[in-house]
Amino acid sequence: MQTLIPLIPFLPLIGFAVNGLFGGRMPKSVSGWIGSGSVLLSFLLSVMAFMEVSATHAPIRSEVYPFMSVGSLHIGFGFLVDALSAWMMLIVTGIGFLIHVYSMGYMHDDDGFSRFFAYLNLFIFSMLLLVMGDNFLMLFFGWEGVGLCSYLLIGFWYTNRDYNLAANKAFIMNRIGDLGLLLGMFLIFHTFGSLQYETVFKHLAENPVETGVITSICLLLFIGAIGKSAQIPLYTWLPDAMAGPTPVSALIHAATMVTAGIYLVARCNGLFSLSHEALQVVAVVGMATSVLAALIGLRQNDIKKVLAYSTVSQLGLMFVALGMGAYASAMFHVTTHAFFKALLFLGAGSVIHAMGGEQDIRNMGGLRKHLPVTFWVFLAGTLAISGVPVLSGFFSKDEILAHTFDHGGPIWWALASFSSLLTAVYMGRLLFLTFYGSFRGTHEQAHHLHESPATMTIPLIILAILSIAGGLLNLPHFMHLEPSQWLAHWLAGSDANGQAVVPMTEVHILPSTEWMLMGVASVVAIVALAYTYMVYTKPQNVPAPDEQLSGWGKILAGKFYVDELYDTLFVRPTEAFSKTLHYYVDVWAIDGVVEGVGKGFQTLGATFRRLQNGNIEYYLIGMVAGGIGLLLTYFL
Amino acid sequence: MSLYLILIPILGALALLLFRPNQANAWALGISLAVQAWTLFLLSGFNPDGGLQFGFDTPWMASAGLRFHLEADGITLLLLLLTNLLTPLIIFSSFNRHLKPEARYYGLVLLMQGALNGVFLAWDGLLFYIFYELALIPIYFICAIWGGADRIRVTLKFFIYTFIGSLFMLVALLYVYLKTPAPHSFQWADLVAVQLSNAEAWWVALGFFLAFAVKMPVFPFHTWQPDTYTTSPTGGTMLLSAIMLKMGIYGVIRWMIPLAPESMHTWMPVFVGLSVTGVVYASIIAVKQSDLKRLIAYSSIAHVGLIAAGVLVWNKMGVQGGILQMLNHGINVLGLFFAVDILERRLGSRSLFDMGGIAKSAPVFAALFMIILLGSLAVPLTNGFPGEFLLLFGVWQYNPWVGAVAGLTIIFGAVYLLRAFGLSMFGAPNSQTERFQDVHTGEYVVLGIVAALVLLLGFFPQLILGLTDSSVDRILGAVQF
Amino acid sequence: MLPIVQSVPIDYFVYLCTALFAIGVFGVLIRRNAIVVLMCVELMLNAVNLLLAAFSTYLSDAQGQIMVFFIMVVAAAEAAVGLGILVMIYRNTKSTDISLLDNLKW
Repeated sequence: MQTLIPLIPFLPLIGFAVNGLFGGRMPKSVSGWIGSGSVLLSFLLSVMAFMEVSATHAPIRSEVYPFMSVGSLHIGFGFLVDALSAWMMLIVTGIGFLIHVYSMGYMHDDDGFSRFFAYLNLFIFSMLLLVMGDNFLMLFFGWEGVGLCSYLLIGFWYTNRDYNLAANKAFIMNRIGDLGLLLGMFLIFHTFGSLQYETVFKHLAENPVETGVITSICLLLFIGAIGKSAQIPLYTWLPDAMAGPTPVSALIHAATMVTAGIYLVARCNGLFSLSHEALQVVAVVGMATSVLAALIGLRQNDIKKVLAYSTVSQLGLMFVALGMGAYASAMFHVTTHAFFKALLFLGAGSVIHAMGGEQDIRNMGGLRKHLPVTFWVFLAGTLAISGVPVLSGFFSKDEILAHTFDHGGPIWWALASFSSLLTAVYMGRLLFLTFYGSFRGTHEQAHHLHESPATMTIPLIILAILSIAGGLLNLPHFMHLEPSQWLAHWLAGSDANGQAVVPMTEVHILPSTEWMLMGVASVVAIVALAYTYMVYTKPQNVPAPDEQLSGWGKILAGKFYVDELYDTLFVRPTEAFSKTLHYYVDVWAIDGVVEGVGKGFQTLGATFRRLQNGNIEYYLIGMVAGGIGLLLTYFL
Repeated sequence: MSLYLILIPILGALALLLFRPNQANAWALGISLAVQAWTLFLLSGFNPDGGLQFGFDTPWMASAGLRFHLEADGITLLLLLLTNLLTPLIIFSSFNRHLKPEARYYGLVLLMQGALNGVFLAWDGLLFYIFYELALIPIYFICAIWGGADRIRVTLKFFIYTFIGSLFMLVALLYVYLKTPAPHSFQWADLVAVQLSNAEAWWVALGFFLAFAVKMPVFPFHTWQPDTYTTSPTGGTMLLSAIMLKMGIYGVIRWMIPLAPESMHTWMPVFVGLSVTGVVYASIIAVKQSDLKRLIAYSSIAHVGLIAAGVLVWNKMGVQGGILQMLNHGINVLGLFFAVDILERRLGSRSLFDMGGIAKSAPVFAALFMIILLGSLAVPLTNGFPGEFLLLFGVWQYNPWVGAVAGLTIIFGAVYLLRAFGLSMFGAPNSQTERFQDVHTGEYVVLGIVAALVLLLGFFPQLILGLTDSSVDRILGAVQF
Repeated sequence: MLPIVQSVPIDYFVYLCTALFAIGVFGVLIRRNAIVVLMCVELMLNAVNLLLAAFSTYLSDAQGQIMVFFIMVVAAAEAAVGLGILVMIYRNTKSTDISLLDNLKW
């Protein structure tokens, strides 16, 4: 197995190379299957790796070649498959494969078909590097690689200038986070003398390290996570990233890439657990993002934008879980979120496909009858994300809520519940405006409405099943159902040092309290959905154009004007500063000095050349005067 | 052995200049390829742990202690690789560019190659200086004869600026020379053995720094550079940016710090400060440039500033990173300037606002341009990354805050390079770019080789790092302060 | 013959030569006619010649007189070249005024 491990990321890379180099000359179906097939093979290999880890209870290590070695820094192009990476690999390749298949239908009429699959494969490669690397530098390779793929795919339809700007924005904001991660890595190497996970965590377990240093490391790493996982203050790129094709939004901007931040913190749980301050920061940022994004999501009318803000909000919730020290719960939510958010995006893609590119939910309505499969799976996704009992989101969210109650206290729990309530509201609004009521689009659109082809619906159905049943992965302990907390147990599998990869965190509250919390959460979700059903199936409640909004609604629809704020605070000053530096400092001042020196000598020359007037008498007088002067100085 | 690296191109250059054969371009390419082959041959026989190799030593002006002394260690060999790997590419990329009279142009390029090889091989202070100045002569004529508008003024400024800088180096060199025990000697080892007082070393280091800072260029000695890069013919710009400015960085590693280590405690904060300031400063200016060539010129100042900072902090990470990045920066910047050349030739303009939508009409060109750009952006698994990582790490080890400021380059780099790429390649095509032809075979070869190198060195940086590792250890061990 | 020369004190020769030389210098400086300037140059040379001859006699050392002959040769050559140039100048400017010759500047 060890020798096969490198194939898992490199198969998609080969797919990328083939599609990138020869894609234009191949039939679409061939390049589609090369793209999907390579990911499928990776998935199968990942399953094998998963089985092996599960059988041996030990991580698999595999170094392909020494990447670089400078002084005491030795970095291998090495892979580490332990419980955490194996789980992430399954999510990435599994959902990745489904989305590849879906894309074959969705992108069928696009000119850039093979290019699209090349980029997707490159993304899978990068994401696998990220989760499989055995050191921080490998993680960074994947980290930047997925950022690059995100850039390429957001700007996939490159003739549109706005999409290009959205792609730039995503890449640049990610790079801000990347700088933090890079500095964090420097500090890690400085402190622990290695970037290898195993060495670092071993060192950490054996030698006490100053808390201040640990906190600095954690905060720097967390800056990276903020950028990648779209948290305050770097979240604004994610909604704009919806410019990319919908499968991209599902794969990159919902299911996998944006959860890299969660993965990073979970991977470094040994560090974060040592710093109370860092965890506090993680929790606060997560909670603020969760509530803020959910509020904005209430007033968005673009079907993908609603889902994007929902993603930001859910990611915030995962960070809250991390901040509570419940790493396994966060990973559980990562998993279920990958299921239902991929499902929702792909469902939205199916709707957009049917509507001929229309994304505004005000122009939809009544699609239930035309797109039955899409409707049912979308419904499943909505119920799952809203936390309706026994669906996957119910269990994962409930676990996070229990942890907030336990570690944070009632206020944290109330805030998290509020965020869940908002989730149910905006999702209900989205569902009912899109699929209920009567059709509000143009006549032409109505004529074209059709259910999507099988390549698209089959992945949807699989994801719907996962979204419904995903809760079984990690049933809460107090319910006494088997397999209780399977995922948490799995993730707690031991690493090379004999420690848990992701330790389990117990909830220390009475089962009766837990039942009560669960009951409250269920009631909240169901009531919220019922409320939105009553409101948004009525034609008079279809959202008004943004211009007619006022007060609170206007602020929400304007996304709290954060983009405008950043524009005023950072973008414009930088641009103005750039021009000032160029014209006034560079050309005028610095080059002015340089040119000034030259001009100074020119002036000197112009002055003294007048002595050289060509008249021999002057020269002679000068010569004689000089001679006499010399004589005088010599003799006197 | 190493003497041929200087002799072949210089004799070839003289032959081209005197006999003016018809197929001057083919001759030049052949000669430079022969030098390249010889470099690769030397490389294959090089033992990274074996100290100085391929030496050549003969008295030259014996009474003045001047010897024609060439040696190569890993660092030298890397720079020879840079020079002789890229010169054939530069020559080839000048084909069909109508640089009349061709024999003169290619002769000057070969002369340049010989002089550059001499700079990197010289193990004698004055010999180093002679080659250092010799390299200036061909590039002056290349820029002044085949440059764009305003070339005379710009080239004269460039020439005088760098020449004056070099004179300070000559003074410093002579001062150290006179401090060697009689009979005086210019040999590297003898010069390094001189113990200067702090005050003396202060002046010597300043003299060297002025020469190298102008050449690299380091803020605030950089103002000749954007104009010169923009005005020169593309071949000249490539020679300047890809190879010639490395003379300055090499000089810092080989001559400035080893000769005057006593003053580095005082000077290092200043020099590193200037370099890092230049990184941020040039990056910010590049953000709003509309002339693509000028934009890349400013980005080059930023990248070189980082290399300079990494080398000046004089630790293993920084120096290794700097050496690696010299090669990578050369490769990337050559590719970028060639891409600009293609754009300029097709569109008759370098303004970003005259471009747009080229990815649609020329997908292969856009893809290759993208790969090279990513190398410049230091995306992992392209060649720019390992160097930039080590450089930032080196600067960070020197001082975390300075490292963090230098790290801003990864953010600003993304801002200006992606803006440039977006404006030129993406967006809706205009009437000009609609008819933009994709790369021809010759262009494909150049860009393809560059892109392949970008990926190769991105995946396997150890190829280069292993070459220089023990040489860097040795020089760091020999020069401590 | 020797006593006659020697009966004149050496100081007188020095004064005479200085005077001649000064006349020559002033002539070169203030006259504009190229011919006169050349003549004044000759005057300076001959002042030196006279001084050399005088000292040579007083010190009974022939080296001074060798020098005199040498200077006379040079002076003759110089006059030939100088006059040649002068003729060319005259042909070009129709004048022998050296103040007109100020093209050699800047």
